[in-house]
Amino acid sequence: MAKAVEAAGAAKKPALDRRGLSDDQLRALLRNMLLQRQLDNRGFQLNRQGKIPFALGSEGHEAAQAGAAMAFERGKDVLVPYYRDLGLVLGIGYTPLEMLNSMFARATDRSGGRQFPNHYTNRDMGLLTISSIIAGHCPHAVGVAYAFTYRGETGRAVLCTTGDGATSEGEWHESVNFAAVHNLPIVFLVENNGFAISTPQSMQMRVKHVADRAPGYGIPGVVCNGLDPIETYATVKAALDRARTGGGPTLVEAMVYRYLSHSTDDDDRTYRDRTLVEEARRYDPVPTFERLLLDEGVIDEAAVAQLKADVLRDTNEATDTAELAPFPAAEDLYKNVYEGTHEPWL
Amino acid sequence: MAVSAPTKTMNNVEAVRETLHDALVRDERTLIMGEDVGARGNVFLITKGFLEEFGPKRIIDTPLAEASIVGVAVGMAMEGLRPIAEIQFADFIYPAFNQIVGEAAKTRYRSNGDYTCPLVIRTPYGGGVRGALSHSVSIEALFYHVPGLKILAPSTPADIKGLLTAAIEDPDPVLFLEHKKTYRSVKGEVPEGYYTIPIGKADVKKQGSQLTVVSYGYNLHQALDAATRLEDEGLSVEVIDLRSIRPMDRTTILESLRKTRKLLIIHEDNKFGGIGAEISAMVVEEAFFDLDAPIRRLCGPDVPAMGYAQPLEEEFMISTDAMAQAMRDLVAF
Repeated sequence: MAKAVEAAGAAKKPALDRRGLSDDQLRALLRNMLLQRQLDNRGFQLNRQGKIPFALGSEGHEAAQAGAAMAFERGKDVLVPYYRDLGLVLGIGYTPLEMLNSMFARATDRSGGRQFPNHYTNRDMGLLTISSIIAGHCPHAVGVAYAFTYRGETGRAVLCTTGDGATSEGEWHESVNFAAVHNLPIVFLVENNGFAISTPQSMQMRVKHVADRAPGYGIPGVVCNGLDPIETYATVKAALDRARTGGGPTLVEAMVYRYLSHSTDDDDRTYRDRTLVEEARRYDPVPTFERLLLDEGVIDEAAVAQLKADVLRDTNEATDTAELAPFPAAEDLYKNVYEGTHEPWL
Repeated sequence: MAVSAPTKTMNNVEAVRETLHDALVRDERTLIMGEDVGARGNVFLITKGFLEEFGPKRIIDTPLAEASIVGVAVGMAMEGLRPIAEIQFADFIYPAFNQIVGEAAKTRYRSNGDYTCPLVIRTPYGGGVRGALSHSVSIEALFYHVPGLKILAPSTPADIKGLLTAAIEDPDPVLFLEHKKTYRSVKGEVPEGYYTIPIGKADVKKQGSQLTVVSYGYNLHQALDAATRLEDEGLSVEVIDLRSIRPMDRTTILESLRKTRKLLIIHEDNKFGGIGAEISAMVVEEAFFDLDAPIRRLCGPDVPAMGYAQPLEEEFMISTDAMAQAMRDLVAF
């Protein structure tokens, strides 16, 4: 994995190849990445302070997620993410307050404090509800894509994401296969960070790249540098455009790194050499992209400082608001089992 | 359902077929997906001709993969379609367990109503057809533990039509069980036109005063035969068709029991942890002092499945004679 990251880092183009993105869009990418990192950090802080039972972060995935989200068309596309996708959901309109409401498990959370943090839902945004069951959401994404085709809604696509470990699941395979058979408007984005909690990629699959499996489904497979938001944007956009215009599914694999433990309940020192993590930190996408935009004059130091102050302020305000929000009432436990009342005996 | 509605005689397969057909005609959002439901018209010919009439978009021959049959249907349901997923035999449903229990049943709950899952999963179940270990099982007890699901197991053509229509229109996921042995052996009058039967209502199929029998599926018909036969011996047995397994109809069972004061529960599914255990527990909690005899359960034995060999299948299945004897014993108690 270190090699892959090194290769990805080495392959990074020295100059800015903006792939059609405006300065505003490039700054929006940076803002998303800074916000992700701030919110991730906040989750771990709150957990260590004993204020929330659990948090998980996507540090190292920021570029891939900000880039992929930039390719998503709000109001048209549907996102079926996995739990390590904070940047993707932020990129399609999910707010820091929604994230903090979820972290604090407050009544104001869209799931009413039921779901783990990072288990998003927002029907208004086209953000499907997900469980923690790995790859369980993939067939749902296919069903949504089928519905688009069924209703003749061209110009819409589904973005379904997983980590690399999820691709070992039968439901992932069945989903890609079903989508391929029906040539559905869907992109399967795999954020390959090399680990499924503690299990390395080499214990998940024999192939070097998840995307190598694409020919087995008769669809294109593409690998991109997930530490580069612009490259990920361009790769995912091409795949989504292809899906939106009847070209069928694409398997996109973004090579990323997971700098943090799996979650606040994990200790990666038990299975991961620190030097590997330190080595990978050299290619940290957040300062790298910040440097690139500074060097290319897309942003100046003062504006970067302002962005960082803004995301910290947004995070602090969201934290305060969410912390003060009420918990769900105990009787809320019984709501929404079915439509109407819940009673197994009538 | 008006009593005077004109009726048609049909068997259970024809009732399922007509109901599905009417649903496809009535609602553009409805589609059928499963293994061999298209060109083959389903292994029991339930969907024969549907592919030609409704086209491949609405009648989907899926890849041979049960988890995605249900999982893709869950996604369709979340997105506003009304999928009817078929699992070819109930025995094949296990690969879809996560999608049914972990996903479909929890969609509304985990999103607090943000998303819903109006999905029907139809599947033929049950033995007595020489189906051996993997074409004979009853699965209801595996799923009735799960809040968020509804489970129906009607036994007559008229009930199938009314309840399958209700299931297709229901806003939550419904597991719809069709007993294979009743497919062609059970015939009945079915009202023409559109009607639904409320989910969660049992039906008293035969009135009686000395004993209450609760059953469903193929066993229900045997119980009716036995109870009718016992009339010649002067016994009066009431037979309740449960029809709906989740939710279950407490009111009908207790009303009957307060009259007869004796209860026999009959089901083909294994006894241990079966539907009868829950009914029995409910009755003990709610009506213990109304009982004049211990509750009796006549169920499938505690073995993994019925064998292919005829004696092994017959040993597993409950005979009508055994039912009649249990009824005599309880009335005499």
